[in-house]
Amino acid sequence: MEPILFILFGAIAVAGSIMVVTRKHPMASALYLILTLFAVAALFVLRQAHFLAAIQVIVYAGAVVVLFIFVIMLINVPENKLPVERLTALRFLGVAAAGLLILEGAVLARKTTMPGGTAADSGSVQAVGRALFTDYLLAFEITSVLLLAAVIGAIALAKKKI
Amino acid sequence: MNAPLFDIGVSVARIAVFFAFVFGLVVIMTWVERKGAAYMQDRRGPNRARILGMTLGGIFHPLADALKFLFKEDFIPDSAHRLFYQMAPMFALAPAILTIAIIPFGPPVTVAGRQIPLQIADLNVGILYLFAVSGMAVYGVVLAGWSSNSKYPLLGGLRSSAQMISYEVSMGLSIVGILMVFSSVQLSEIARGQGELLFGILPKWGVFVQPLGFILFLVAQYAEANRTPFDLPEGESELVAGYHTEYGSFKFSMFMMAEYLHMVVGAAVVATLFFGGWQFPYLGDAGFLFPGGAAVAVPAWAVLLLRIGSFVAKTLFFAWLYVWVRWTIPRFRYDQVMRLGWKVMLPLALLNIFVTGLVLLLIDRGGV
Repeated sequence: MEPILFILFGAIAVAGSIMVVTRKHPMASALYLILTLFAVAALFVLRQAHFLAAIQVIVYAGAVVVLFIFVIMLINVPENKLPVERLTALRFLGVAAAGLLILEGAVLARKTTMPGGTAADSGSVQAVGRALFTDYLLAFEITSVLLLAAVIGAIALAKKKI
Repeated sequence: MNAPLFDIGVSVARIAVFFAFVFGLVVIMTWVERKGAAYMQDRRGPNRARILGMTLGGIFHPLADALKFLFKEDFIPDSAHRLFYQMAPMFALAPAILTIAIIPFGPPVTVAGRQIPLQIADLNVGILYLFAVSGMAVYGVVLAGWSSNSKYPLLGGLRSSAQMISYEVSMGLSIVGILMVFSSVQLSEIARGQGELLFGILPKWGVFVQPLGFILFLVAQYAEANRTPFDLPEGESELVAGYHTEYGSFKFSMFMMAEYLHMVVGAAVVATLFFGGWQFPYLGDAGFLFPGGAAVAVPAWAVLLLRIGSFVAKTLFFAWLYVWVRWTIPRFRYDQVMRLGWKVMLPLALLNIFVTGLVLLLIDRGGV
């Protein structure tokens, strides 16, 4: 059952992300992005990372993409005025880079062995919480300082006079 | 019967029963809403629909409504973005349905030597699943507002997305205290933990250990469900009907169903987190055990019935509270909604977490 689900959600994630970059309308891209994020969350669940899956959906699908859609709504470009993107040399370079990445992944997958099945509760709320507040406490706290700096920076950039 | 088949059968049965319960309540709530509104405004309310000469206080009106929604023309405005316009009601309804899955309707029961939780899915991430799924509801509203390609829906959609994002923050923070007290995010664990007694007399319900958390959560929930006093996204006096102005027939009814599902599930979540869920005060597995020492033995089946009944009663009360509040409290102004969310609710929720942590630490140290 698990390999079938893995292939299913993996295929949805890949197809969804291709759609994100190929759709003409930004709203369609944003909705495909939600689909991709959900599929990735499902992959997390298959690896027993339940907490990570929930947070992925809450933060990315529930908050970040909402802001994207907010911006798309506010700008609201009519469909016939959407910019037509042309094929440029840069795009071919991008495709080549993506091909190289896939090749690299294939080589790595052949050379290294996949880690075995993880313990059933290694991704539970309790396990992640314990790890975050013991082994990785310093990194966890420093991340919060980084986020605070980002918040202050955003406000300072957005508002000339506070 | 072999084990996997038994499991599948039990799962299907649970889903069917809870689904029927919640959707039945949705239908009844549309009637309660109109009847409640009528009584609060000193009029009789719906009383015309009749079957075989019986009106039964207008209980048939939801049926008439459903038929009307089904048979009306399925209309799409010319200038709407067709695909997104048709997707929006589904985006609104699907998350509302999915949230039913993690609500514990009763204690685990033992059937044929196997424990069966009265809950569709007892997830390890528990309440986080609820936040993840209900966070998706905003897409339905936003997509409806934008894809209608019309002024009022767009304004409604914008208002609602800003409001839902703002209140999601305080909603998430307001229950952290509860999670700390019961040291679990699983709703089944939280419901079980509330069966204990506080100081030997008071049931250890969430509302008694987290009164501030309860108020904040309730307010945030009303804002999330876009109900008065936070129904700015559909404020009829300024925005016609807000984000679903351009919707008719069954698509409109899907938005309505989503709203009432949010109310019913929201009521069940409040009952579970803050009012003991399926716990009946002083009722243990073997019967009543009152603080004075008096005990009354109750057979197991009656205990189960009392507990499920207690959950249903609490849910009904909080569903009614939505109606009660809607027809008694006037709407906020938009800047007031934002100020309340960010400058009052958020600091109070953070303070609540801090104080809860401090008290828990002191109890831990002092061994109280």
